Amino acid sequence: MLSDKQRREVLDELEHYPTKQAACIEALKIVQKHDRWVSDEAIQEVADLIGMSAAELDSVATFFNLIFRRPVGRHVILLCDSASCWLMGCNKIRAQLVDRLGIDYGQTTDDNRFTLLPMACLGTCDRAPAMMIDEQLHQDLTAESLDKILKATE
Amino acid sequence: MEQPLTSNIDSKRGPLDLQGYEKAGGYAAARKVLTQMTPGEVTELVKKADLKGRGGAGFSAGLKWSFVPMGDDAPHPKYLVCNADEMEPGTFKDRVLMEGDPHQLIEAMIIVAYAIQAEVGFIFLRWAYKVSERRLRLAIQEARAAGYLGENIHDSGFSFDLNIHSSAGRYMCGEETGLLNALEGRRATPRAKPPFPQISGLWGKPTIVQNVETLCNVPHIINHGAEWFQGLGKTDESGTKLYGVSGRVKRPGCWELPMGTTIRELIEEHAGGMQDGHAFRGVLPGGASTDFLVEQHLDVPMDYGSIQKAGSRMGTGTMIVLDDQHCPVAMSVNLQVFFARESCGWCTPCRDGLPWIVQLLQSIEDGEGKASDLELLSMHTKYLGPGHTFCALAPGAMEPLQSALKYFKSDFERHVTEKKCPWN
Ligand SMILES: Cc1cc2nc3c(=O)[nH]c(=O)nc-3n(C[C@H](O)[C@H](O)[C@H](O)COP(=O)(O)O)c2cc1C
Ligand code: SF4
Ligand code: FES
Repeated sequence: MLSDKQRREVLDELEHYPTKQAACIEALKIVQKHDRWVSDEAIQEVADLIGMSAAELDSVATFFNLIFRRPVGRHVILLCDSASCWLMGCNKIRAQLVDRLGIDYGQTTDDNRFTLLPMACLGTCDRAPAMMIDEQLHQDLTAESLDKILKATE
Repeated sequence: MEQPLTSNIDSKRGPLDLQGYEKAGGYAAARKVLTQMTPGEVTELVKKADLKGRGGAGFSAGLKWSFVPMGDDAPHPKYLVCNADEMEPGTFKDRVLMEGDPHQLIEAMIIVAYAIQAEVGFIFLRWAYKVSERRLRLAIQEARAAGYLGENIHDSGFSFDLNIHSSAGRYMCGEETGLLNALEGRRATPRAKPPFPQISGLWGKPTIVQNVETLCNVPHIINHGAEWFQGLGKTDESGTKLYGVSGRVKRPGCWELPMGTTIRELIEEHAGGMQDGHAFRGVLPGGASTDFLVEQHLDVPMDYGSIQKAGSRMGTGTMIVLDDQHCPVAMSVNLQVFFARESCGWCTPCRDGLPWIVQLLQSIEDGEGKASDLELLSMHTKYLGPGHTFCALAPGAMEPLQSALKYFKSDFERHVTEKKCPWN
């Protein structure tokens, strides 16, 4: 169920666009901000709220990389695997994440702390390899800095 | 050396606020345009300056604006959209401009909106650019409070307001018409052209889509004129360019330099040369979707015409350097995985062809390829090339592949004959 707060935020978003449908991605992001992912029930409720069919809204939701249609952990690690980060050693970072967390791309740790996903270029290729955890960007990753970051992210 | 786009940017402090920006001469161009120039004069000036699009395709900005219907019969509202999706691997220049000097982009959008008489603007911003978003939102608030945005701007009779859309990530959102669909709350598949967005874009209304860097040039052209702008380039092409270098170089980074700076100068001087233990093998001069250039091209000036003559494209002007410690076949796998993942699935050659190419490349990389596979790959760079697909994603994907097959042929062949990757 959408909370009153979510519902209000979605309705606020509608003000910024000439059609209701235009606000649908923002609406999904609002749901996700509170729930971390977008459930089938949430798709139906948002669809009703902005007058789209649930199927159409789902087709939009699944198109975008950052709308999660499955549950994710408390923190989502988005590791850049594009060309510059590849040249600068993102595979080593991935291997270290697999080793430390016991999960690979698309998986969530048993304690629900982390989900690991590959991500296209984060626009910081001069400071590669790079990743984002939730909204925080981490650049110039090394084996040492990665361990520190993981430790600091409860 | 003049660096108009980055002169206010100092990474050691935050961006200039409204007062600081005005003190540095900011918003003078917007005031001049709104009070002393007609929309047509603005468009003509930018056309004369020969400002080419910095987002990839290099189309003349002023010329594009001249296709927008003007006058009393023109449909309204018209829209101006800033393409700040920046998701091309290797590209990080628009981030520098938005984080470093948000008011410059806002001023530019006011001027271009006036030139096409648009009343609504959107900045289509890459979701990952959290710092840009914070700084732009703050700057927009300041500009609105100071009367640079909103109704009847500085008593000129012209009204324009600006919104940020922060998207949810997908490379196709950067494609002009895919972006328009995404803004309307649809899947970011491209639209058939014609009609072109200039005539029928967002919600069927005239719309101009322009890259961040392209826009940021405009206030300076207004302030200093077309001839000044043309004189900035080292070659016969206009302006400065934000060039970037990433990969195994000593000092990766992004610099504003005269148009036509050579590849060698960028890599050897600005990026400090290759890292110790790494030798230069090739370069994607304008991001992941441009053809490899190699040693023999190091003295090519980075301008639209010269790079094209050398067989590649300016693209975004931010280059990725391949060194001798990395396998060109493995890099090709990496690039095609990106394109296959980001394909929107609208047309068959791209939707089915790219994953197939990834598989074939991976099998070659794993030492399981046959000599005939190279021929097959080469044929497919034609099947997915220009004219066979709905948008430029698939043809863009083929550029680094066709050039890798050409310049690194012997590396591909060694994978087949030695039945393994020589780098592993
Ligand atoms: C798959 C794809 C992705 C693109 N991504 C971007 C982008 O992130 N930013 C951008 O400015 N242009 C991008 N473009 C180019 C745009 O379609 C369009 O040409 C550009 O925004 C026009 O602005 P400009 O003339 O100022 O360069 C992309 C094109 C394609 C085919
Ligand atoms: S070329 Fe690829 S990305 Fe472009 S429309 Fe076709 S399927 Fe979509
Ligand atoms: S390639 Fe990783 S940030 Fe650009």
